[in-house]
Amino acid sequence: MSTYLEELNHITDAVDPTLGDTRIQNYTINFGPQHPAAHGVLRLVMELDGEIVERCDPHVGLLHRGTEKLIEYKTYLQALPYFDRLDYCSPLAQEHSYVLAIEKLLNLEVPLRAQYLRVFFAELTRICNHMLNLGSHVMDVGAMTPNLWLFEIREDCLNFFERASGARMHSAYFRPGGVHQDVPLKLLTDIGDWLDTRLPRLFEDAISLVADNRIFKQRNVDIGVVSKEDALKWGFSGPMIRGSGIPWDIRRSQPYDVYDRIEFDVPVGTNFDCYDRFMVRVEEVRQSARIMRQCLNDMPEGPIASFDRKVSPPKRGEMKQSMEALIHHFKLYTEGFHVPAGEVYVATESPKGEFGVYLVADGTNKPYRCKIRPTAFSHLQAMDFMMKGHMLADTTAVLGAMDIVFGECDR
Amino acid sequence: MGHSAPKIATIPGIAEEIAGLLGDMLVETVDHADELSFTVVREKLADAMELLRAHAHYQQLMEIAGVDYPERPDRFEVCYHLLSVNRNHRIRVKVSTDEDTPVPTVTHIWPVAGWLEREVFDMYGVIFSGNTDLRRILTDYGFKGHPQRKDFPLTGYVELRYSEEDKRVVYEPVRLAQDFRSFDFMSPWEGAQYVLPGDEKAPQAPGAPSPAPAPPPPPATPKGEPKGDTPKATGAPGESGAGEPTDSKANEKSPAASVKPQEHSDEGKGAAKPEDKA
Repeated sequence: MSTYLEELNHITDAVDPTLGDTRIQNYTINFGPQHPAAHGVLRLVMELDGEIVERCDPHVGLLHRGTEKLIEYKTYLQALPYFDRLDYCSPLAQEHSYVLAIEKLLNLEVPLRAQYLRVFFAELTRICNHMLNLGSHVMDVGAMTPNLWLFEIREDCLNFFERASGARMHSAYFRPGGVHQDVPLKLLTDIGDWLDTRLPRLFEDAISLVADNRIFKQRNVDIGVVSKEDALKWGFSGPMIRGSGIPWDIRRSQPYDVYDRIEFDVPVGTNFDCYDRFMVRVEEVRQSARIMRQCLNDMPEGPIASFDRKVSPPKRGEMKQSMEALIHHFKLYTEGFHVPAGEVYVATESPKGEFGVYLVADGTNKPYRCKIRPTAFSHLQAMDFMMKGHMLADTTAVLGAMDIVFGECDR
Repeated sequence: MGHSAPKIATIPGIAEEIAGLLGDMLVETVDHADELSFTVVREKLADAMELLRAHAHYQQLMEIAGVDYPERPDRFEVCYHLLSVNRNHRIRVKVSTDEDTPVPTVTHIWPVAGWLEREVFDMYGVIFSGNTDLRRILTDYGFKGHPQRKDFPLTGYVELRYSEEDKRVVYEPVRLAQDFRSFDFMSPWEGAQYVLPGDEKAPQAPGAPSPAPAPPPPPATPKGEPKGDTPKATGAPGESGAGEPTDSKANEKSPAASVKPQEHSDEGKGAAKPEDKA
């Protein structure tokens, strides 16, 4: 490694990956990494023939933080907040995959109220995420107002997260065995009122500006068409695979928590283009609101975390009375709980698609390996084949309809 | 009732069906936590995947995950997670390899494998033969090493910062403001190893420099007995070099001395005897 450090002193410029392309007469441009429509730090090396994109090479990894490596050095509970910071637009959806993976390894039963609360807040996360994506998508193709209106809804969502968990974005609310703490009744009734009055009014107003808008349709209809076969081959999931006409939703096909008790519809696209993906997300927001209303109706009273004190910590009041509770608390927050050896792959339907966690446990209190399956990785890889033959200006529409967040893509 | 993770219906006889399909390409089948893992022969991976996609309807490759087991001869495990959307089922296919042996690519079956294989190559250094675009993907341009290997330190080897003098980003060896802290919270009576710096009583690793042991005490010999044939060198007064005895008058007490001389000349009484030191 010493030679490596010596070499570093002589490295003055980064390796230019397009060095070998000088013979080609086409025009090569660099889109990003600092571009408002790049949704973070994406560098696209594009080869243009006039204004037609011939080749598109996404360079990712500019936000790589080594999350998977860090998790191997943390206990199972300490690793949880890293999942908020992957896709920072839908934090709770990713915690969901992780806690379910741990519970599957432990074969831990979760109280019903906790399952309802998790589904409830996961769907609120979906609304929150889609507000950002729909808003930035319409802004990327030229409309300003809907984004501002949708951000108003997003602001409401973040306030609800704050009231539930204490944090607006990085909630760390889901825990192995349940959720961190119960929510006050006033919060649930406030969200119920919000679902009935404020959300539909703001959301339908904003969408009515763009859904039938001539310019918006010109920019999105028949752009980035992906057939069913291609969607399967390129590992699409979530709104991307439903936009390609395949009715695949993990909440429906492989239900987790209480999704099997809840009725909702799975929207699919018919033309397989960017407009379909946009409208699939619009309909998902309405379905999410429907799921949340059912949760409010059906949610029972009861405990919000498992009573297995080897996994789930006792309440503060119990610790004042019981020596055993105090010991459990101390052991859980220093040593953490041990997970039996084994490996599981648990995937849930995050707002962006299939978010999977491949967890390998070796019987200690730390994960041996935690592979995170990001949604953006496979979607962004298809950028080259989706962009081929399109105009340069369509890049932002295709990218916006993919819903990429680089915290998750680069990990 | 059990856990509430995604419920995947078990298809009866699916393990036997896939085992029959793969034939002698299959090395091992593991059914753990309702998930099926099939380890296949490394060289036959592409054929096995083609069979699984064409005949067992596993249309989607969702993930390729590398795992590092440094104690195994084939230290890397590459896990392919397959999904069938019409049978609603997931399986895992594994191969093992080492640093030098390539794994056949599956990019011709699923183009999505391109980036997934690039990531495993970047993180572990596993080579995929047939992947024409095996560049690094997540790490920096010009990065050295494979960070997910278990022998790669968490802190890495280099850090970068913007240098105001050079007006560019410079790379430097990692300097930690405080020591890297890795707490061992395992139960102290279940084998936690707390190593204090400079603790000479701690059990030393074999080959480690240990403090020099104290010399063994001399064997106790009974007094008054001759030690052997060799005569004592200072046995005779003439051999000791002490010379003739002083004048006997020097030992006579002076009549003018008022204080007894014994009380002043007993410094040796409180000193430790040589036997005590041993």
